[in-house]
Amino acid sequence: MTWEQQVLQYLLSGITTGSTYALIALGFSLVYNATGVINFAQGEFVMLGGMITAVLLKSWGLSLPLAAGIAIVATTLVGLALDRAAIRPARNASIVTLVIITVGASIFMRGLAGIIWGPNEHAVPAFSGEQAITVGGAFITPQSLWVLGATVVVALAMWAVFEYTLVGKAMRACAINPVAARLCGIDLSRMVSWSFALAAGSGAIAGIVLAPLTMTQYNVGTMLGLKGFCAAMLGGLGNGLGAIAGGFLLGVLEALGAGLISSSYKDAIAFVVLLAVLVLKPSGLLGGSEGRSG
Amino acid sequence: MLTLTSVEASYGRVKALRGVSLHVEAGEIVTLIGANGAGKSTILKTISGLVHAEAGSIKFDGQEISGWSAGRIVSAGLCQVPEGRQLFGTLSTRDNLLLGAYPRRSRTSKAAIAADLEEQFERFPLLSERSQQQAASLSGGEQQMLALARGLMSGPRMLLLDEPSLGLAPKIVRQFFQTVVSLRDEGLTVLLVEQNARAALQIADRGYVLETGRIVLEGTAQELLENPEVQRAYLGRGYKEVWE
Repeated sequence: MTWEQQVLQYLLSGITTGSTYALIALGFSLVYNATGVINFAQGEFVMLGGMITAVLLKSWGLSLPLAAGIAIVATTLVGLALDRAAIRPARNASIVTLVIITVGASIFMRGLAGIIWGPNEHAVPAFSGEQAITVGGAFITPQSLWVLGATVVVALAMWAVFEYTLVGKAMRACAINPVAARLCGIDLSRMVSWSFALAAGSGAIAGIVLAPLTMTQYNVGTMLGLKGFCAAMLGGLGNGLGAIAGGFLLGVLEALGAGLISSSYKDAIAFVVLLAVLVLKPSGLLGGSEGRSG
Repeated sequence: MLTLTSVEASYGRVKALRGVSLHVEAGEIVTLIGANGAGKSTILKTISGLVHAEAGSIKFDGQEISGWSAGRIVSAGLCQVPEGRQLFGTLSTRDNLLLGAYPRRSRTSKAAIAADLEEQFERFPLLSERSQQQAASLSGGEQQMLALARGLMSGPRMLLLDEPSLGLAPKIVRQFFQTVVSLRDEGLTVLLVEQNARAALQIADRGYVLETGRIVLEGTAQELLENPEVQRAYLGRGYKEVWE
């Protein structure tokens, strides 16, 4: 491999991981816009998507589309349950309290997953074979294309919801001006439920497409959640486009750093980037949400 | 149409309303005047369900509405146009109007809502020109029009207007108040909260004067305009006679 090919290889793998970060970051932004809360259980939605799919495939012998479909629905329901059981009863509490509730929920879900599914790694086979495709001398697996495709589809679907549907606009309205939204008869708590459902569903999709590349385990949510959070902060918390840009940028930086410097710094890079953003431009590269500042 | 009886409300430990009673009959423009902090906005917020009424009763069309959610109150036909416009700044003018119709999305056809949108654009041609612009990019007068038009999109029978003249040029204020009069002539009932007491009393049928959470004076608009106390405190007239 020439040096250029190697860099291209890093870029391709960076874009692949970056697109899962982008999906996870979208989930953070959705919930943040609706509630002002950073939902640290977002990573667990990713874990649930992958784990439920893996278990349904292996132990129940279901087909992949069925298993993935059930995993998305089940994770969405978990997201709704988190809102109903933990967030809504405490809705008058301070934002910090709510954030800590999500941290607690995250630990609870991870623990429960560890008890139910054990500490071992679970594999999900690649969706369309392992035969790598050559691009300009670098390799990309078909699964990477699945990851990219899923990100593009989910991002476009969300964009359409927020730009063209009344419910989507109502969700934005709640983030921009909650009092005016109430006076317009928009039910804030229903919009919060919607945002948790969308965040959980998109998180699950990220977990499902990522599982064949990395294996999945009860505790993968922690690191993926933090990376998604970094991506969301990098792009501007609450900004959908920023979440996607932040995800890809973070993925590419990580891959280049790991490849060109040392792979032992891979995880450190995300947090160095996060610190740099917090110090230099706390509202992120593309600015914060349309409603909340920073 | 709207009757408040001994309504009390507070922010934390601070009592904001100390037994407010007032009524607005169908087809009237009634104005609430008073100094900053007298509780004018709190009355509207309490009627709209944004502030909890601790005591007393609020009846709209004979139905007790205190305790209802803000959404249910708008759906019943009682709509507030809040102080400071409170638009959805990063959404377009058109989207702001469509969200105004949100409470009746399930019982009104899309065609009917589109027709109402056209009606608002006819009433406010400037908004039609700005329909794709972000609401935040509109001028103050246009924003106030948009706030009113958004309220009208909910299909109200009664409007609560909170300080609509705030920050507007006198000419724009006159235009706005003319619009309010023509809306009343079309059958709407209006409760208008204003610091610009003179402008408000000129279009109102009746008025109430509020001081520190209590109604201290009420009467027809004419009576209040001629009342020396009102003139001194709210119309800025007669300073010389009183102080010199």
